[in-house]
Amino acid sequence: MTDTAITAPVVGRSLWGDAWARLKANKAAMFSLFYLIAMSVVCIVGPYFVPHQYTTIYADYVRTPPSFSAYPKPEMIETAMNDAVRRMRVDVKEWRQEDERVFITVTSAKPLDARNIRYLDRSDTFDNAKLESTSADGLSAVMSATIKQQYFFFGTDNTGRDLLSRTLMAGRISLAIGLLAGIVAVVIGVVYGATAGFMGGKTDEVMMRIVDVLYSLPFIFFVIMLVVFFGRNFVLMFLAVGAVLWLDMARIVRGQALSIRRQEYVQAAEALGVRSRGIVQRHVIPNLLGPVVIYMTLLVPQVIILESFLSFLGLGVQEPMTSWGVLISAGAKNIGTANWLLLFPAFFLVSTLFALNFIGDGLRDALDPKDR
Amino acid sequence: MFVYVIRRLLTAIPTLFVIVTLAFFLIRIAPGGPFNQERGLSPEIKANLEAQFGLGDPLWLQYVNYLKNLLHGNFGPSYNLPDFTVTELFAKGLPISIQLGFSALALALFIGGILGIVAALNQNKAGDYSVIALATAGSTIPTFVIAPVIQLLFGLTWKLLPIGGWGDGALINKIGPILTLSLPQIAIVARLMRGSMIESLRSNHIRTARALGLSDWSVVVKHALRGAVLPIVSYAGPAAAALLTGSIIVETIFAIPGVGRYFVDAALNRDYTLVMGTVVVIALFTIAFNLIVDILYAFFDPRVRYD
Repeated sequence: MTDTAITAPVVGRSLWGDAWARLKANKAAMFSLFYLIAMSVVCIVGPYFVPHQYTTIYADYVRTPPSFSAYPKPEMIETAMNDAVRRMRVDVKEWRQEDERVFITVTSAKPLDARNIRYLDRSDTFDNAKLESTSADGLSAVMSATIKQQYFFFGTDNTGRDLLSRTLMAGRISLAIGLLAGIVAVVIGVVYGATAGFMGGKTDEVMMRIVDVLYSLPFIFFVIMLVVFFGRNFVLMFLAVGAVLWLDMARIVRGQALSIRRQEYVQAAEALGVRSRGIVQRHVIPNLLGPVVIYMTLLVPQVIILESFLSFLGLGVQEPMTSWGVLISAGAKNIGTANWLLLFPAFFLVSTLFALNFIGDGLRDALDPKDR
Repeated sequence: MFVYVIRRLLTAIPTLFVIVTLAFFLIRIAPGGPFNQERGLSPEIKANLEAQFGLGDPLWLQYVNYLKNLLHGNFGPSYNLPDFTVTELFAKGLPISIQLGFSALALALFIGGILGIVAALNQNKAGDYSVIALATAGSTIPTFVIAPVIQLLFGLTWKLLPIGGWGDGALINKIGPILTLSLPQIAIVARLMRGSMIESLRSNHIRTARALGLSDWSVVVKHALRGAVLPIVSYAGPAAAALLTGSIIVETIFAIPGVGRYFVDAALNRDYTLVMGTVVVIALFTIAFNLIVDILYAFFDPRVRYD
């Protein structure tokens, strides 16, 4: 007698499992997926870890180039000190730096006010100002202050705001707009297209003619009209952008719905007496899901581009809130003097768009293998 | 064929009518008017201005008047640029936009076409992959990133091109805008050409041609290309309409006095006549190029006949 090996019953893989396996084999898509997740996490969590607020203005650091070493640079200390001392309306006699502190000897024609040291504290470069000593006649004094070490890895913009925190905040907004407006477009498109596809006949005819007419209007006309109507409101922008992009989705879903309805398995189900609700649940929705998911991943980059485009025209997100489009638009105006203002946001935007496109292509190959 | 063209032109009339009507009422529903400036005009002056342009009339009368003028080829005066009629504005800007758009399209069809053929002939080899990479990059990177990067590289770093400006149409001023306009188009054309060429090369008549011992050049250029250009022809129609009517982004960044900005500025200033003029011009270009595409189709594909 020999033992028969106990084998587990053969488990069939679902179509979704198949698709996932195909997607996992696609290196570009998987890398893009991880990149996109990392990008989202960095944009959502990052601003809490950057020591600068995206709205804080550092008057001493207007348009400072990106650098991995700490600011202020040695040559910047004197300028910042002179700025602060000028506000005290006194003169610098001499100054020296010892480790992290500067010692400044100032003189004045009038007796010095001890409260003057606050001007050092107010500067972005110094901290912990102290009055070390005052001369007997009160006309000269020694002040000291710590040099505040700051890092601007991405540099700062025209008003002295940290570009790293702005780029990350912008990423949050751009990604959020992409996702939300994408969902709006998909929901409108699916509902409209599915209704047209299932009602068929006259209703379908009328509904699709409406889509045709909307198509023939210049696309930008639409967007501008929506912006004109809704004003420059942030949330309404989502809706406006989403409301413009549903046309393709509606066409795709309608076509798909029409073709599914004519499939033999649907006719078979009808012949078996399955109610239309059951047919919709069992056959129509799962078959619609593939194209909808594919279209949605390809829609998100379109929305991000559209939002950036509107921001570029000054119609999108308004200051001090920011998006990649706003930053790139500001960068494009300053390429002569501060090219990092263009390069960092542009890199973030373009790499995200690449990732989204690769994921979209990967999903299409995975979910719809006959189109390969 | 002649009858077909006439019929197509006649069916364009109701389309144009619907577009004009829709645009007319849409822009009128929008809050605000052409003379609502931040430094408000005194009510008397505003009333006078509105009377002069007939803006006080009931909306339906304004609509009828606009249609009447339009039929006489009169687009009306621009409200925000009061020294110009809309026709004059287009006479000034449209040639500039057309020049740039046409050059960009020609460049895209030529370079994109060659790249697509090269990729198709080297399918799944290094040449193919580099064309695909280029096409992916070209269609992913948005224009408002390409344009300033071109300015940065060619204008500021290498000092080969001016950063912007029209310079009375000097060739060197056109290179940057044309390059920016054509890069995304090159990408799309190359991708389309690659796909349709691969398909065309697999078809039976190509196998026959090869079996007859025709040279590669003759097979590709004389026989395969003819079938492969059809998708590009149908893409190029709408693309031409869009390119020739100006690009807002490119004209803004390179400071080109074309018609690309008219639409946005006019809509924001409620310059009703200029908005309508732009809509009509874009619609006319779209209709015209769709017709040209259909005619070219018959030329490239003898199976298509319009009777």
